[in-house]
Amino acid sequence: MSDWRYHISHNLGTLTAVGLFAVMFTIYISNHEAGLTPAVATTAANKAVLLALVAMAQTIPVLTRGLDLSVGSVFVLANCLASAIVVGTIGQGLLGCVAVLLLGIVCGFVNGAIVVWGRLQPIITTLATGAIFYGIALWIRPTPGGDVQYDIADFVAGQLFGVVPTALVVLLLVVLLVWIPYRSSPLGRGAYAVGSNEQAAYMSGVPVEKAKIAAYTLAGFLASLGGLILTFNTYSGEASAAIGGTYTLNSIAAVVIGGTSLFGGWGSAIGSIFGAFVLRTIEDLLFVFDLPPLWQPLFQGVVLLVAISLGAIRVFRIRNRLELFT
Amino acid sequence: MNVAAATQKIGLDVPVMVAFGCIIVILLAGSLYSPEFLSLDYLLQQLQVGAFLGIIASGAMMVILLGHIDLSIPWTVTLGAMMATALGGWIGPAGVWLAIPFGVLCGAFIGVLNGLGVAYLRLPSMIFTLGMNAVVQGLMVLHTGGFAPQDHATDAMHFLAVKRSILGIPNALFVWLFVGLIVIFLLRRTAFGRAVYAIGNRESVAYLSGINTNAVLIGCFAFCGACAAFAGVLLAGYSTKAYQAMGDPYLLPAIAAVVLGGTNILGGRGNYLGTIAGVILITLLQSILSVMQMPEAGRQVIYGSVIIGMLLLYGRGARTRS
Repeated sequence: MSDWRYHISHNLGTLTAVGLFAVMFTIYISNHEAGLTPAVATTAANKAVLLALVAMAQTIPVLTRGLDLSVGSVFVLANCLASAIVVGTIGQGLLGCVAVLLLGIVCGFVNGAIVVWGRLQPIITTLATGAIFYGIALWIRPTPGGDVQYDIADFVAGQLFGVVPTALVVLLLVVLLVWIPYRSSPLGRGAYAVGSNEQAAYMSGVPVEKAKIAAYTLAGFLASLGGLILTFNTYSGEASAAIGGTYTLNSIAAVVIGGTSLFGGWGSAIGSIFGAFVLRTIEDLLFVFDLPPLWQPLFQGVVLLVAISLGAIRVFRIRNRLELFT
Repeated sequence: MNVAAATQKIGLDVPVMVAFGCIIVILLAGSLYSPEFLSLDYLLQQLQVGAFLGIIASGAMMVILLGHIDLSIPWTVTLGAMMATALGGWIGPAGVWLAIPFGVLCGAFIGVLNGLGVAYLRLPSMIFTLGMNAVVQGLMVLHTGGFAPQDHATDAMHFLAVKRSILGIPNALFVWLFVGLIVIFLLRRTAFGRAVYAIGNRESVAYLSGINTNAVLIGCFAFCGACAAFAGVLLAGYSTKAYQAMGDPYLLPAIAAVVLGGTNILGGRGNYLGTIAGVILITLLQSILSVMQMPEAGRQVIYGSVIIGMLLLYGRGARTRS
């Protein structure tokens, strides 16, 4: 197979998500009364980047054939902590940001440590740690409220040069400075290898344990970055189980729409970003088409179900029925 | 028959014994706080509350034994409650008799759809049932018009969920017993049960052995949906009406109860006695934390820590080796 055909088939999932997003976003903008102004783009970007970061976080454990059901809780916990400590002068605020991200790293490391050294299943581990992280968030912020350093918040939630939404730039920086280096590092390659076949990876000398712990730790970092940016959008913190649950579930859906296999070893965080954009644009489309509010949850649910059912196409390509069971 | 063989026969393995041991520890710790915890009345009340979780966990266990998971439980519970309470308004007096079977049937229907998606479309159950949950939620929001419906539970639902007819034992407990016996019979005495364990261990081998694996998958998901809806019907009887999101607090405790009872989350291993222990454990834990007036924050932390701690005791997987 020639080189470019290989690249296309290798990234088919990501490309499908990009295409889907491009079509949906074009429909959205052409039906929006204001058109594509910086303000419209910023509003859309601010909402989408939150889910995109949480979806990136979810992707990495999924690549190792794991799952992180605590990403939503880490997201909420980071939001609550940020609303308490990202205050004061700009310098103090930035220090607070670092602390919030450190907490996310610690949460992710705890997940990884329990999965690797405790040898518990990721699903049930992160289900339980998710409850713990949510409890801590509730302890920090029993009622919604709090504050945030306004200069940093307005900068991140605003536009660069009055045109480009800063949140998008942040996302781009995360891709360039975190995801791409990680992907080509031994740890990132290890994550793919572990997800594809853990025994074979182990036999080939892949640092299986390190790769898994790094995957969960990085997930914690990305989820807390999402929570931090949420605080800059809302200027407050709220320990809401509903928000955490929605983000966790939507992150899984975004990962699947972005072409990453839930069976591990295949996919990319960039696909998940566009998966998240697709999910967000669905909500925006419901808004511009003025669907009766009562029908919106049903419509969203059906679109979600249809989108994930696209994964069934692989069934028709399988020649040997035994391959169905993998 | 020696002791080891006897315990083997009734399924009293290490996880189950640890779970029952923890129940006793929790009760003793609670009794230091207040002697009320050891009273018959308190225990019966806990079992009554636990029966709803127990019925949901029974269905969840069948699916988990396959190595799958059903995340559509929350809104299937709500669906069961809403359909059962609404039927009276649709078809008049006959609805009183048909309410409970109708609610359960609606849940089973959602379960069949889940099973079809997992069996024939070969989609991961986690993501397909998640989508199904969103669709059912949409349907229920549409059904109620966005408000809590005014439909009230029928007398039969109230009777099953709240009343105590025999010797002061809650009827809900008998309902759980009934569902539990069905599960035990299915798993231990039928070819279907053996097929469930076989698929949980390795589906391709079960398929090559001539098991109609797709039918078993659909059957288990249908059973899970029916159990969730049935619990929803009882919950509607317990709180006299159906309301939005009434099933949301039951998904994670149900999965936790099954796993704490020693059922492998990857499927193929586990017995019902463990699930009973897990359900009682979770119910008691929730109850004692709330009696001690522990704030919600502390409850969540303790809840999560107990699950991790117990699994570290007996639920650890194998080391990666050559």
